[in-house]
Amino acid sequence: MKAFAALFARIDQSTRTSVKVAALAGYFREAPMQDRLWTIALFSGRRPKRAVTTRQLREWAADHAGLPLWLLEESYPVVGDLAETIALILPPASGGSDHGLSHWIAYLKDLPNLPEETRKARVLAAWDRLDSTERFLFNKLITGGFRIGISQKLMTRALAEATGQDPSDLAHRLMGDWTPDTVDFETLVLAADPQADASRPYPFYLSYALDRDADTLGRPQDWTAEWKWDGIRGQLIVRNRQHFVWSRGEELMTDRFPELARAVDALPDGTVLDGELLAWENHAPMGFNALQKRIGRKTVPRSLLRDAPVIFMAYDLLEWGGEDQRGLPHATRRDRLRAALADMPDDRNLRLSPCIAFDSWDGLARVRAGARAAHAEGVMLKHRDSPYLDGRRKGDWWKWKLDPRTIDAVMIYAQSGHGRRANLFTDFTFAVWDGDDLMPFAKAYSGLTDAEFREISAWVRRNTQQRFGPVRQVTPHHVFEIAFEGIHESPRHKSGVALRFPRMARWRRDKPASEANTLDDLRRMLAACG
Amino acid sequence: MIACMARSPVLTFTEKGIYCPAGDFFIDPWRPVDRALITHGHADHARPGHRRYLATAAAAPVLRHRLGRIDLDTVGYGETRRIGQATVSFHPAGHVPGSAQIRVELGGEIWVVSGDYKTENDGFCEPFEPVACHSFITESTFGLPVFRWPRQSETAKRINGWWHTCIAEGLTPVLGAYSLGKAQRLLALLDRGIGPVLTHGAIEATNQVLRAQGLALPDTVALTPDTHLRDHPGALLLVPPAALSGSWARRFGPLSTGFASGWMQMRGVRRRRSVDRGFVMSDHADWSGLNETIREIGAENIYATHGYTEIFTRWLTESGYNARIVPTEFNGEDSESGNAA
Repeated sequence: MKAFAALFARIDQSTRTSVKVAALAGYFREAPMQDRLWTIALFSGRRPKRAVTTRQLREWAADHAGLPLWLLEESYPVVGDLAETIALILPPASGGSDHGLSHWIAYLKDLPNLPEETRKARVLAAWDRLDSTERFLFNKLITGGFRIGISQKLMTRALAEATGQDPSDLAHRLMGDWTPDTVDFETLVLAADPQADASRPYPFYLSYALDRDADTLGRPQDWTAEWKWDGIRGQLIVRNRQHFVWSRGEELMTDRFPELARAVDALPDGTVLDGELLAWENHAPMGFNALQKRIGRKTVPRSLLRDAPVIFMAYDLLEWGGEDQRGLPHATRRDRLRAALADMPDDRNLRLSPCIAFDSWDGLARVRAGARAAHAEGVMLKHRDSPYLDGRRKGDWWKWKLDPRTIDAVMIYAQSGHGRRANLFTDFTFAVWDGDDLMPFAKAYSGLTDAEFREISAWVRRNTQQRFGPVRQVTPHHVFEIAFEGIHESPRHKSGVALRFPRMARWRRDKPASEANTLDDLRRMLAACG
Repeated sequence: MIACMARSPVLTFTEKGIYCPAGDFFIDPWRPVDRALITHGHADHARPGHRRYLATAAAAPVLRHRLGRIDLDTVGYGETRRIGQATVSFHPAGHVPGSAQIRVELGGEIWVVSGDYKTENDGFCEPFEPVACHSFITESTFGLPVFRWPRQSETAKRINGWWHTCIAEGLTPVLGAYSLGKAQRLLALLDRGIGPVLTHGAIEATNQVLRAQGLALPDTVALTPDTHLRDHPGALLLVPPAALSGSWARRFGPLSTGFASGWMQMRGVRRRRSVDRGFVMSDHADWSGLNETIREIGAENIYATHGYTEIFTRWLTESGYNARIVPTEFNGEDSESGNAA
């Protein structure tokens, strides 16, 4: 673990991307093959199967440190990371170890089959041979969530630097359903003809929000516009008489959307579509709320299939006849897509996202203003000549969303954040007036500057009325403008409404709490657009 | 009759701060009072506006420097003073030069106010002395078991290693540290074999006060608007924490920033401060320091102030002490405050 811990320290100690990439590239050149492979896996969100519950981990750590469990639990929100909390409270190790990353992963892999007492003994024995950084990483391997300031994109860049491969090609190779147990480094990264993987998607091309006036983009006729749908971005793949559905989060979701199984009948082998998964009824999207019910479920009960049926709204063609189409201009891909989906029967649950005709930016702005009626978040702009790139890029694609809706609300509870924001109060609950009472209706944790978070944190500490574990009830005093994307009815919430993506748009220091909005205001918004 | 009368406690907690009714004085009060006993010169303990001040002779120059013309009386460590019915004395707290715990005795009952303290001897300020007492008012800035400091020599090695690497990579190391205490402690640990230390004005001002009272500080070069780094090859810049971010440091070209503080124990804080390197070094007692001190002084009643008071008092209560939280206006549970380092 020493080499991996040194790599982690170098990455963690620098705020500069170039330093992080260089450190990682150096590691990819020198580390044992299996450690390289696991490092790729960890930094692309793959992790070993959980060997021990976090509950056990907490109990064993407290026990080993001679502390009551509650003291560990109280320390955790302050540190903001369980793996780190445990690494910090454990007594110093009595020995060391020269074993590498993959040794410790294999060590963990053996645990689930052992009796609990043996499992505990093994974990304690590991803690006793690892220094504090190594322990933190060892705990991270157990608790999962390896976010340490290296994105998959940066990791791919470093791997490209170390192997001389093309970064986009690597990004492609690293997608898909592999684990370090099913593939080796040679096959995954280096082999000239990697094992054909029919399910492998293309990296998604992501757009930025339009940050300038639309009319600075040039001539309207150079652009296509279409609705920006409020669903799940996905890729639909048909190869070898099989279909695969991938989310943008690179999750294989084929089994969650059985409606799309008939795509195999509708599309020839060697087809990959980019589009949006939408809950759909009566020729219109049902809103994200309906789709949300489908996201968390690996298998879908019949009733849900009936209540929230899903379609794939296609807007780009990435592969056709087995040929990569991404280098072609968007207009050409769009024409081929239209032809591919022509005369598609409705029961295939495949639709073409229509282009919006416009001849001036003002005209398009008027169409965009009606996006909510079309159940869309706004419009997407794509340059007609643009190739399909990978990752988030500026210039050829823009999302031009409607301005969010806002409501002024009073902060009533505060909780400290995690990770970078541990020890600062960053997670707030907001309320609107319901007569003389304050009715909580939304939580938000983003939108303020670091300085504002520091200021409000200091205020929260001085104005705590009551504590419920990590949550503090504060004096209802500060008003924040809460921006959100959608509002829908929710019987699960006391307020009866739930917001989509609420965040703090502004700290309204000018407004007293008494002038915040009311529950009736929220209900009116729901009636108008729910 | 007299035996039945409830005697008022030696110290009480008022909205102006810790008060001794028998001596009619306050300790580190946060509102203006007639007579204030001051543990040390940090701004959250030594406030302006009191009519009379009493502090250690070693703390006096900094107090005068920071508070201007004040009516200040001084005592030596261990020297006793009678104030009203109470007997008071000041004892080394090991926090910063001149810092003290204040012992108050009334009719055989002894209370000690710790102020801020650290138990590790840093070789620079008067080392901490545990004072036996019945009631101990302790700070608990770092009163969680996740705070355990590495030895000072270890941290010094890391800082000097970083300095070395910076010079090799053509970067200027800028080290943030609180200007009273931490900065001078670091001065003694920085390896001059690597290069000179250039100090920010706020730190140099304190250096001059401390030198004038006879403390031996290594040589420093004061940074001025005319300072050019090319005249000081291999230099490390020592600055107050506020100067780490913002435009001040940027004029010195490619930098590597470091920050020395107990809060650097936590990755979350380290990342939020956006410094390249965090060095764990505090002038406060860590978890072991707090617990060992409480065990050693034999007090039955512990009052916790500053920091994680609720958690710390619960821990002490379960460990058999009679522990309570001191109500305080200044809440040191704050990794952002410059003092709490």
